[in-house]
Formats: sequence, C-alpha cells, structure tokens
Amino acid sequence: MPDSVKIAIVGSGPAGLSAAGRAAATGVSHVLLEQRDHLSDTIYKYQKGKLVMATPDVLPLRSDLSFQIGIREEVLGTWGTQITGLKANIRFNSEVTAIKGEKGNFELTLSDGSAINAEYVVFAIGLQGNIRLLGVPGQDREWVQYQLNDPDEYSDETIVVVGAGDAGIENALALTKQNSVIILNRGSEFVRIKQGNLTAITTAIEKNQIDCIYSAETARVDDDGIVVKTPQGETKVKCDRIIARLGASPPRKFVEACGIKFPNADPSSLPELSAQYESNVPGLYVIGALAGYPLIKQAMNQGYEVIEYIQGKQLKPADEPLLEQKFAKIPGNRSVLEILALIQGSVPLLSGLTTLQLREFLLDSNVHVPRGGDVIFERNDYTNSFYSIVDGEVNILIDPEDETKVISLGKGAFFGEMGLLSGRRRTATVMASMPSLLIETPRRSMIKLINSVESVKRVMDEAAVGRQIQTYIAPGIPLSDLQELIQTVKVEKFGQGEVLFREGEAGDCLYLIQRGSVTVSREVGGKEAVISYVAAGNYVGEMALISKAPRSATIRAAVAVEALRLDGGPFQALMARNEAVRRTIEARYRGRMLQNIESTEQPEAGGIIQFLIEQGLGEATDVLLIDEALCVRCDNCEKACAETHQGTSRLNREAGPTYQTIHVPTSCRHCEHPHCMVDCPPDALRRNANGEVYITDSCIGCGNCERNCPYGVIHMAAKPRKKPGLLQWLLFGRGPGPGQAVSGKWGPDSKKEDGGPKKAVKCDMCKDVTGGPACVRACPTGAALRVEPSEFFKVVSSGL
Amino acid sequence: MHQSILVFRNFRYLKWAASVIAAAVVLYVFHSPEYGLPNGGTWLGYVLGTIGAVLILWLMWFGIRKRRYGTGGAPVEDWLSAHVYLGLALIVIATLHTGFQFGLNVHTLAYGLMMIVIVSGILGLMAYIRVPELMTNNRRGMTLTQMMHEISDLDTACRETALSLGDEINQIVLKAARDTRIGGNVLRQLSGNDPNCATRQANQAVRHLADHAPQVQAEGFRSLLGLLARKEELLARARRDVRFKAFLDIWLFVHVPLSFALLAALMAHIASVFLYW
Ligand SMILES: Cc1cc2nc3c(=O)[nH]c(=O)nc-3n(C[C@H](O)[C@H](O)[C@H](O)COP(=O)(O)OP(=O)(O)OC[C@H]3O[C@@H](n4cnc5c(N)ncnc54)[C@H](O)[C@@H]3O)c2cc1C
Ligand code: HEM
Ligand code: SF4
Ligand code: SF4
Repeated sequence: MPDSVKIAIVGSGPAGLSAAGRAAATGVSHVLLEQRDHLSDTIYKYQKGKLVMATPDVLPLRSDLSFQIGIREEVLGTWGTQITGLKANIRFNSEVTAIKGEKGNFELTLSDGSAINAEYVVFAIGLQGNIRLLGVPGQDREWVQYQLNDPDEYSDETIVVVGAGDAGIENALALTKQNSVIILNRGSEFVRIKQGNLTAITTAIEKNQIDCIYSAETARVDDDGIVVKTPQGETKVKCDRIIARLGASPPRKFVEACGIKFPNADPSSLPELSAQYESNVPGLYVIGALAGYPLIKQAMNQGYEVIEYIQGKQLKPADEPLLEQKFAKIPGNRSVLEILALIQGSVPLLSGLTTLQLREFLLDSNVHVPRGGDVIFERNDYTNSFYSIVDGEVNILIDPEDETKVISLGKGAFFGEMGLLSGRRRTATVMASMPSLLIETPRRSMIKLINSVESVKRVMDEAAVGRQIQTYIAPGIPLSDLQELIQTVKVEKFGQGEVLFREGEAGDCLYLIQRGSVTVSREVGGKEAVISYVAAGNYVGEMALISKAPRSATIRAAVAVEALRLDGGPFQALMARNEAVRRTIEARYRGRMLQNIESTEQPEAGGIIQFLIEQGLGEATDVLLIDEALCVRCDNCEKACAETHQGTSRLNREAGPTYQTIHVPTSCRHCEHPHCMVDCPPDALRRNANGEVYITDSCIGCGNCERNCPYGVIHMAAKPRKKPGLLQWLLFGRGPGPGQAVSGKWGPDSKKEDGGPKKAVKCDMCKDVTGGPACVRACPTGAALRVEPSEFFKVVSSGL
Repeated sequence: MHQSILVFRNFRYLKWAASVIAAAVVLYVFHSPEYGLPNGGTWLGYVLGTIGAVLILWLMWFGIRKRRYGTGGAPVEDWLSAHVYLGLALIVIATLHTGFQFGLNVHTLAYGLMMIVIVSGILGLMAYIRVPELMTNNRRGMTLTQMMHEISDLDTACRETALSLGDEINQIVLKAARDTRIGGNVLRQLSGNDPNCATRQANQAVRHLADHAPQVQAEGFRSLLGLLARKEELLARARRDVRFKAFLDIWLFVHVPLSFALLAALMAHIASVFLYW
C-alpha cells in the first residue's frame, strides 16, 4: 500500500524547498521528494564559497525560509536548519521516474520501485536535468565520478576521461598538469566544440600529452580499469580514476512524459501555465526554473504561493508592487489589473498570453509615455528591444533624406522586430507622433515569448516578412502591391557551412538574409575561392533572375542563417511592374558583376575573408584586429584595457590566430546574436545602442556565459581594490604599475572567502571610458584597430 | 593594411615640424645681432631656447601620457607621430639656439645628451618600422611560448629515442636538453645566436657517432637526428624572436634614462645662464 499525501513536491531546489516549508507551516500532509541525498542539488554543486546573490533586489521574499545574499555554505546551512525546524517531511534518494493519474489521485513512481499517492503534485525539478551516467556495469564504483570540482586535487594518477564535449576536454586538459590522462571519444574526431578547445586538445594529442581513443564505446568498469569497445575489438584501459562528462539529459522529456505540453520544440519554450502555476494537467503544478523563473528568490516565492493556491487561498502575486511601480507613469491612476486588461485588450499580439505570461512579460518590460515628437530610437542604433503600442501613434521615418516619408503605426501595432531578427542596426528612426503609451521588451523576454506562444510567433513572422521585403527590396511600395510575392515566401534555415545555392545551378529564386551572414564564392582554378561576404538585411540570387543565366557563384552560410526564399516569377513580375524597384536591383546587379570580375584579380583577398569568417567575424558587429606588420609587441593595448577595467585585461593580444599579418586576438566580437546572452539567469548581458555587448552589475557569477561564448573571451574575476595613482608608482614605486597584475595587498578583497564575489567580465568597448576603446587609443603605432566586419570585408574585397 | 606612424594623418606632424624648422631658419638667416654672431644670448636665442626647452618637456611628457589610459584627448598614435617629428625638429632648433658655439661646459653637455637621446630615438623608430614584419614572418603563427613548449616536447621525444641507443648518446641528449639556453645577457639576446649551443654540439656529436653505429640502430639514429634538426631549427627561430624583441626594447634603455639626464643638464644650463650671466 503506497504512502498517501495531499501534496507531493518533486525536487528540493529553492522552489520545492520553499513549497515544503509552506506546506509544513500550514500543516497540510505533504512529502518532498529529492533524488539526491542532500537538499538543493543545483546550489549544492556551486563552486565552494560561491557568493549566492539575491537578485532582483526589489522583489520582496515570500517564504517560510529566509534568503539573503551569502556564501553557498551559509545559504544551504540556514535552509537545512530551518526546514528541519519546520518539520517538513522529506524523502531523500527518491528520484521520481513517472507520474500517472489525475487530480485527486496521482501516483508517483520512485526509482526504487515504491510509489506514493498524492492529490496534487508540484513539479520543481529545475533545469539542470539528470547527469548522464556511463550506463554500463560498474558505473557506480566510487572512483567513477561525474563531476570535477578542482583538477589540482589529483596528482600522479592515470585518469580516463569519458566524453569528448567541451566539459570533458576542459577537464582532461586541466588534469594533464599532474596526471596522465586518456580521453575516450565516441566519434572519430572532435565535433561541435569550441574552437579554442579543439585547438588545445588536438595539439595536446599531437604532443602526446593526452592519449585519445577514438570510436570508443564503454563496455564496463572493472576493479582496475575500464573496458572499451573499439572497431579493433575490446581492450581494457587500466586507470586510477574515471571522470565521465556525458552531459545531462534535459528534464523536458520527463516532464512531457507526465503529460505536460510545451508549445513547440524549441528548447527555450516553456510549458503553458495558469496564473496559479497549474499546467494543462489539472492538479499538476510547475514552479521554479522549469516554469521559466531562473532565479532563487522567484523560485522561493512561487513555492510559497503554489501551496497557498492549492489550498484555495487567494494571494496578490509577490510581484504586484513591482508592476505598480512600473505602471506609476501611466496617467489615470488605474489599478494593475485594469492596466493588464487594457494592454491585452489593445495589443492583439498579446491577446493569446495567459495572465501569468503577461505579468512576466511586463515585469521584464519598460513602460514609456512619450510625447508627440519624442524619438523612440534612431536609425543605425544597435538596440534590439521590441515595442508594442498600447495607445497613441508612432511614425517610422523610412527615408533618412526625407523626413516627410513616414509610415504610421497606430494603437495595437508593434515595431522593432527587425533588429530582433537580424541582430543588426535599426533600419529606421521611430518617433512618437502624439502622446502615446508604449511597452518596450528586451530581446531575451521577447524570444522566450515567441518560442512559448504559438500565436505570437505566427503574427510576428507574417509581419516580419512583409516589412523586410518593404525595407530591403521594395522601399516605398505599399504592402498590398507585394501580396503576390509575400504569398510565396518560405523561411529557410541553414547551418554553418551549408549551401544556399551553388554556382552553375539554374536560379529560380532569391534569398533575403534575415539572420546571420553568407559568403559568396566562385570556382577559381578548380578550387572554391571566397570573393565576398553578405550580411543580414541583404539579398542574394538576383543575378540569375535578371540575366536568366545559371548561378554565377556559390552562397554558403558563414554562421547559422535564416533566409526568406522569394520565388522568381512574382519577383520578376514586381520588377516589370515597378520602375524604381527594377532600377535599384539592376544597379546592385551591375555592382556585383564588377565585383566578380575584380575578385578574380584579387585572389589573396578571398583567403583573408575565409580566414576571418573562420574566426567568427561572420557574426561579429565589431572586432579588434592587430596588424602585425605594425605591432611592436609592447602590450600597451592590454595594459590600457586592464587599467580602465579594474585590473583585468579583457583581451589577450598574443593569443589567437594570424593570417599573413592580420592577427585576431582573443577579444569579444560583439556578436549579432550573442551566444553569451542565451542562458544568463538575471539577464545581465545587454547590448546598447552602439552595439556593445556588456555585463550589468546584476551578474550572479554563474559562469554560463563563460561556457557559452565560443570565442573564450569571458572570464570570471573579482574586483581588486583601488591602487595608488600613476605618479605615486612612477616616483615612489607604490603599488602595481599600469597594467601589471594586481594581487596580494592590492588584489581582490582578501577578507571574503575565495577572493570575494567573482563575476563575469568581458570587453564592453569602453562604453564608459572617455574617448572610446582604450586598447586602440593606447596603441602607439596604430597596429590595433576595431572594425565592423561588413565594412571591413568591403575594403578587403576591393583590394587592401 | 593601414598606415605607419610616419605617414600618419597624411604627414600632419611632419608639416608642423617643417613649419617650425622653416620659421627658425628664416629668422636665423635674417637675424643680425648688434654684437658678434647669433647665439643663445640674443632675442632670437631666447626665443629658440624657450621653444627648445618647452619641446623637451613636452617630449618627456609623452612617457606619462602613454600611461594615462582612458583620459580622452588625442590617441597615443597621434602623440608618437608628433613626438617623432617635433623631436627631430629639435635638432635644428637647438643647434640654431647654440649659434654653433660649443665648448667644454654644461651647455654643450646638455646639447650632447639631447643629440644622443635623439639618435637613440631614430634607432628606435627604425626598429619600430622594420622589426614587426620580420618578427611576424619568423613566428609563422606561433607564439614564443608555443615554440618553447614544442622545444621541450622535442626534448622528451629525443630522450625516448635515445634510450635504445646506448649510454653515450643518452648522455649527449640529456646534456643537450639541460644546457640549451635561449636568451641570456643583452649581447647574447641581440646576437640571436649561441656559439656554444648545446643542441648544435649534440647534433654534431650524434651525427659523428651515427657514422659508426651498427645497422640495427640506424633507424633510431635517423629519427633522433631528425628530432635534433627540428629542434635546432626551432631554437634558431626562438632566438631570432628574442633578438627582435630585444631590438624593439633595447634602445629605450638609452632613450629614457638619458632623457632624464638631459632634463637635469637642461635645468643646470638654464640656472647657470640666469645666475652667472
Ligand atoms: C553556477 C550557478 C550559479 C547560480 N547563481 C545564482 C545566484 O547567485 N543567485 C540566484 O538567484 N540564482 C543563481 N543561479 C540560478 C539558480 O540556481 C536556479 O534558478 C535555482 O536553483 C532554480 O531553482 P529550482 O528549485 O527551480 O531548481 P533546482 O535548484 O535546480 O532544484 C531542482 C532539484 O530537483 C531535484 N530533482 C531533479 N529531478 C528530480 C526527480 N526526477 N526526482 C526527484 N528530484 C529531482 C534535483 O536534484 C534538485 O535538487 C545559479 C545557477 C548556476 C548554475
Ligand atoms: C630630446 C628629445 C627627446 C626626448 C626628451 C624624448 C623622450 C621620450 C620619452 C620620455 C619617451 C617615453 C618612453 C616610455 O616611457 O616608454 C619616449 C619614447 C619614444 N621616443 Fe622619444 N624623445 C626624444 C626624441 C625622440 C626622437 C627624435 C625620436 C624619433 C625619431 C623619438 C622616438 C621615440 C619613440 C619611437 C618612443 C617610443 C614610443 C613607445 O613605444 O611608446 N624620440 N621619448
Ligand atoms: S598596443 Fe599596439 S603595438 Fe602595442 S602590443 Fe598592442 S597592438 Fe601591438
Ligand atoms: S562574449 Fe562571446 S558570445 Fe558574447 S558577444 Fe562577445 S564574442 Fe560573442
């Protein structure tokens, strides 16, 4: 006979723990099920002594447990004591493997085969997922481990690292310093890893610092080593330790198996929930990171609230005061509920949102009440937020030369989606034409919304297609004239290196690049040679349509690309109908013809473009290059960076590859769609109007961005103390000199364990430094230069 | 790819310097003092002397400006371009200021120091213009650290290969690994060479022994010689890299201390002129 409770809570992270605390405090029968033998596994696995932040500061905490900024050990310790004090009913080592049944009568199956009955289930399993085990006999031996905290703990051992992803490679490399390391790779080469790791591991293998066994499957773990199956047969690799880094299976599969639906396959989509966190399965509630709330405080609040809701109590959501504050600007003194209704009533795009989604959407957004004539954003700004018009009207100034050429958008419309899609500069200035009420939403929240609400995606896609054609191909032509063309449009996606079309093929369509960039290459002397580069917001493939000849070049995706495919027929019809469109397109055609001819005379330019594309310039908006024919290796650039940025240089001049004399140092590319932004819990990575990607103070030091950046340019560093001034150093030798490493007495505050809070640091293009990028300004010989790739490629292809 | 400091901003600072020089020469030619030849004591002498002293102070300020990061104003490249041209203009201005009167005194000492500073500056400038490209070509995409790593890997490989080749070879290889130096004192660095390079000696010794080695060891010797040759080639490149870096740095050890000496001499010169004149 299984145990029976009213509420079963799955997962003891901050969300589940707080729920259990509330349940215990109110005396409902409950059980908290945790798969590990300790509480809050995600936080348990933080680095020792990590400072746990309590962002957002303005959000009040609502929980029976306390939480404030403090180091990991304190936080976990406090929770442990408090939850024991509350007499919550906790079962450790109880992984839930299945949930069946319905509201009032759920049955939860645990990994040990036992079962629990519950009327309600609260899902709080977080996003970390389950670490993949080796899945072979012997996987639980104590010297088989699935995590590596401190590589320096081990020395003079033979260690087998299983898994050739970034984590495995980083561990293997770190361990070679003191151990002999063998890495097992299931494939025959290393794929889908960071460029830096790829170079490091291949050189380490070439130099015999690491042994690698390719095409290796693990068969079992014996007393003295691991048995590996390769195409040549089975071999035993003797070792002292096995470190398996096989990634984690995302929890989504399990959640879906319990009947909870996600709107689409995109990994960032979230399950649809009611205002009380109830999923589409009645009686099954979802809270915490899994519900889309990636911070501890939010998770704890929801834990508390969900228990209250289940017991039928009404609560004002904890974020109510935040929304009140946001809405304070709106004239008319209306309540939060009224304003929510107003917004949803006036903006059709948002009508499909649940109340919970709308609240979250607004919490991330800003409310603006511009007067007539106020500029919302300028053409060429790099901002990538999205605007909805709740009330009023804006004018889009489509022609920089002629201020009277405008498109007006009224109540209920939206704008700014093009910057969001392309990651590039704004294509027009937008101005309020009367007192208005606008909502500005940051890129990340918008992307989350697009991927979570089908109707938002549909409406956005439709509008975006029309507007892009209007902006990039047929300016000034009313949408009604473009319908025939728009009908044929298909959005196609291409992975890096994939071909959109090939030289010599017959051409029956045109591609408008909506996101990413492509290279144009031609066959020269039997080899494919790159001749130029085309960024988002441009089209390719018009040449074959005009000349009716086969494709004159091959187009390849330089990075992941999304392109609109426009059929040739309606496009040619449009050109025939419209003189202005025909003329601009033919001018472009002639320009490209010329370029094709020139490029055959500039074969070395292709090599440079190819090289730079490989260094990630295809997705960069601004990058630091060094002309090694001028660089005197004085490192003044690095010193300048360190001096203007709390003692840590964000660039490494010497590292990074060189082609002819062009050197690409390790420094931020300010990507169009920054990878670093993807997984930042407090959304601390931002981009401002000039395009620089920077990190705000709300960084909690989780290290996700450091892992996600493919160019290895983000470090975790603590703030050092203020050091004595330049003259004191010059005259008396006090403190470290300019750009010298700060440590010891002048280093980070040594009182805090582990050197104070480590936060992510990266190049911010000196947005707060007078005069602009300090590296470039400090270079005595003019070797260092920052370039915008699309401009730079133009210079390169027309000869250096 | 783009411009060097000499052509910087279309020779803007060359034009400045040229105008200053032209003005000084014209004035000097048409200047006829009441008594004797033109020198530091005439009104023109005072004008040129003041310009010269201010220029020297300004040229020295460059050392400070270079380290004041994030302060706005003109970029360091502007400063250096102006530094070079106005520094060169100083030759003319100061020489005219002397009225070609030299002697064994503090005044001529200051002048001499200034000229040494300027000459060292010219040498430095030549290094700045020539060396970076040579250095880049020599590195072939590797950094010095990477070369060092590869050299030590080759050492390991040599030792392993030597194991099967008998004691004598083992000793030679060990010595080569232990005693090979890159860099060293200034002269060694500047020469880019080591006449007593342990690896070269080892290579010669091994080649000699290989001639008399039994057939079974032939393969071992061949690969050892290959490794040693590769190491020698890398050593040569690493030493050249050190040499280039030394070229880029060494002149500053004359330029900077002597500019401080110059500053002292300049103050003595001015003080003596006003006190004892
Ligand atoms: C390195 C790092 C640093 C961070 N720093 C901060 C910070 O400073 N401040 C901040 O606010 N946020 C921080 N975060 C984010 C924060 O950790 C998460 O938002 C928070 O832990 C989410 O809480 P949760 O309760 O939803 O899930 P989790 O904390 O992930 O808890 C889920 C729990 O469920 C258990 N579980 C999973 N599956 C099952 C199952 N099938 N059966 C039973 N139990 C299961 C897990 O073992 C785990 O204990 C950080 C994240 C990381 C990765
Ligand atoms: C009396 C005249 C001069 C004085 C007092 C002077 C002084 C200085 C000083 C103080 C520095 C700073 C060095 C440092 O801190 O790194 C410097 C740098 C330099 N000077 Fe001069 N200088 C003079 C003339 C010249 C001339 C004539 C040239 C070249 C033709 C020259 C070329 C340079 C160069 C190339 C640097 C190095 C810049 C760098 O790497 O940052 N100088 N000089
Ligand atoms: S400051 Fe300029 S010259 Fe000096 S190392 Fe950096 S890029 Fe090279
Ligand atoms: S930190 Fe990395 S991912 Fe982020 S913008 Fe810079 S280069 Fe791109």
